[in-house]
Amino acid sequence: MAEKHKFLEVKGLTMDFGGLRAVDSVSLEVCEGEIAALIGPNGAGKTTFFNCVTGIYTPTKGDILLHPKGQPTRRLNGLKPNKVTEMGLARTFQNIRLFSDMTVLENVMIGRHCRTKSGIFRSIVRGRGMREEEQQIVESSYELLKKVGLAEFSNDFAKNLPYGAQRRLEIARAMATDPFLLLLDEPAAGMNPQETADLDQLICKISEEDRIAILLIEHDMKLVMNISNPIYVMEYGKKIAEGSPQQIKDNPKVIEAYLGEETEDA
Amino acid sequence: MLRGFKQSLIVSAWFVFLTFPLMAVRVNTTEQLVEWRFQNLLWVALATFGLSYVWRYMLERKQAKKQVDELGNEKPSKTRLLMEDMSFRYKAMGALLVFALVFPLLFDSYQVNIMNLALIYVVLGLGLNISVGLAGLLDLGYIAFFGVGAYTYGLLNYHFDLGFWAVLPVGGVLGCLFGVVLGFPILRLRGDYLAIVTLGFGMIFQIVLQNWSDFTQGMAGISKIASPGLFGIDMNITGSITYIYYIMLALVVFTILVTMRLRNSRIGRAWIALREDEIACVAMGIDMARTKLSAYALGAFWAGMIGVLFAAKQAYINPASFGFMESAIVLSIVVLGGMGSILGVILGAFILILMPEYLRAFAEYRMLAFGAAMVLMMIFRPQGLISNIRQKYEYQGNDLKEKTENG
Repeated sequence: MAEKHKFLEVKGLTMDFGGLRAVDSVSLEVCEGEIAALIGPNGAGKTTFFNCVTGIYTPTKGDILLHPKGQPTRRLNGLKPNKVTEMGLARTFQNIRLFSDMTVLENVMIGRHCRTKSGIFRSIVRGRGMREEEQQIVESSYELLKKVGLAEFSNDFAKNLPYGAQRRLEIARAMATDPFLLLLDEPAAGMNPQETADLDQLICKISEEDRIAILLIEHDMKLVMNISNPIYVMEYGKKIAEGSPQQIKDNPKVIEAYLGEETEDA
Repeated sequence: MLRGFKQSLIVSAWFVFLTFPLMAVRVNTTEQLVEWRFQNLLWVALATFGLSYVWRYMLERKQAKKQVDELGNEKPSKTRLLMEDMSFRYKAMGALLVFALVFPLLFDSYQVNIMNLALIYVVLGLGLNISVGLAGLLDLGYIAFFGVGAYTYGLLNYHFDLGFWAVLPVGGVLGCLFGVVLGFPILRLRGDYLAIVTLGFGMIFQIVLQNWSDFTQGMAGISKIASPGLFGIDMNITGSITYIYYIMLALVVFTILVTMRLRNSRIGRAWIALREDEIACVAMGIDMARTKLSAYALGAFWAGMIGVLFAAKQAYINPASFGFMESAIVLSIVVLGGMGSILGVILGAFILILMPEYLRAFAEYRMLAFGAAMVLMMIFRPQGLISNIRQKYEYQGNDLKEKTENG
């Protein structure tokens, strides 16, 4: 197999909260075109790992390297979240964090913020350039809504959407920032089987059509095993396994830690 | 129905009991007699009984409405539909503007003067609306920026004899600068903490004004501040009031225009996103520091400008005009009107400023009525007079037809 272009390379990432080591020298890679998954029992440190990568926390040790195509490598440690997003790495949240009093379309339009540049004065004068940019924001946001199947709700308030739709809106909003790597934190949490199946398709579509690499945290084993490769497993802050779905299924350590009962009924 | 009757009965009995010593018993000290005024109790009982019924009815209505909201098939009310109808909006705005323009011709200068005061608060409300209503940054010391503007004009006029028009932009810019200066230390604060720090800032400002006598002339204040000039024409008092009214009106229209445009722009959306969820907002690539500072600075800008006009209107300023009470009133205007709503803030300002002026006859009960109105407001319309209406964007891509067919 030819060497694939690595988008994200995390080396020995460690995060301490006081005396508690939430993430303990975890290394991980996400390559172009991949849908990687990070799994593990509750409290394993997956979300902390995400927060370190996206700049919400500054990791204690380790390197987070981003290799955008055709651009020099950047080290993300300690960068502010908005800078990380500007670099092309977008995320969604485990507990939905939408802008609930804004319309669905506006939520996606916020995602376009870092790719547009009208300032205060241009907004007040409302010249031609600003209006064109504005219209272009609307168009591209609407396209994204169509992609995730929410176009008909575009003028509703985000808080009035059903739960599954809110999750998809978060994905659309993250995609509006033009990322090349998308981090999804439990995108299927709280969804029913039908919604999960739709999400499954959506994630594959994003990966194939938009050529966006994806790293997801998920508890829904069916979803993970279906679409992702490679899979990384964490427990108590440490990485205990990595490999293809088959390898993970057969790994005794993983079965012991986490998958034991799950694989039987899967 | 019967339950309502019973409950109202209990309420009125309770009130009769509570007000008994006040309303029924009167000791006549000269004749050493105790008078029993039982018919007063009857009035209390009847009034509370009636009020309790109204109260229950309103609560029930609110509950019913809430249920409809939860079912999701909420029907937009008639007023709402009317407000979203663009042609009606333009007509209404035009009519209002014409009325505003002829206002000084129709009423005497006392009314115009009161209107001037109300318009000052409209601008203050709209300015605070940027930081509180849009960006969600609670500011309890907002009046300090207003004071900065007023003192800028007062001092520059006193020492250097600078005119109104020269100082107007300076006041705005200085207010803006103070906004940024205050903005830096509070970038990391949120909610309660932010409220306390801004409150402290407001207090510090007033205390500095009071005590730095060499610079601000302390409690004595600055007097004989020049009115705005109009090509050196001499004006009598009425003329000057009318002139200030028109300047004020222009400033109000300008403020409305700017806030309206900002609200539905890239910057305005960033402010609202910041209000809704700070973490999600930065994760979507919005620079928090810059967005917060711009909201503060812009809010303060209006306060600074209108402060200059305030100084010119009053011709005399002292620290007493820039206390916490004024900050609280401006904040009440924003909350009463509806956070983020321009029309709401304007209505709020008129209600809160004009009502006390015209209720001077009931001067003693003014604050009581004011407080009661606020409490009722928070129970029945916590979202303010005008609730949040967001812009609807039109999609002009390939499937425009499909969109319009869907409605």
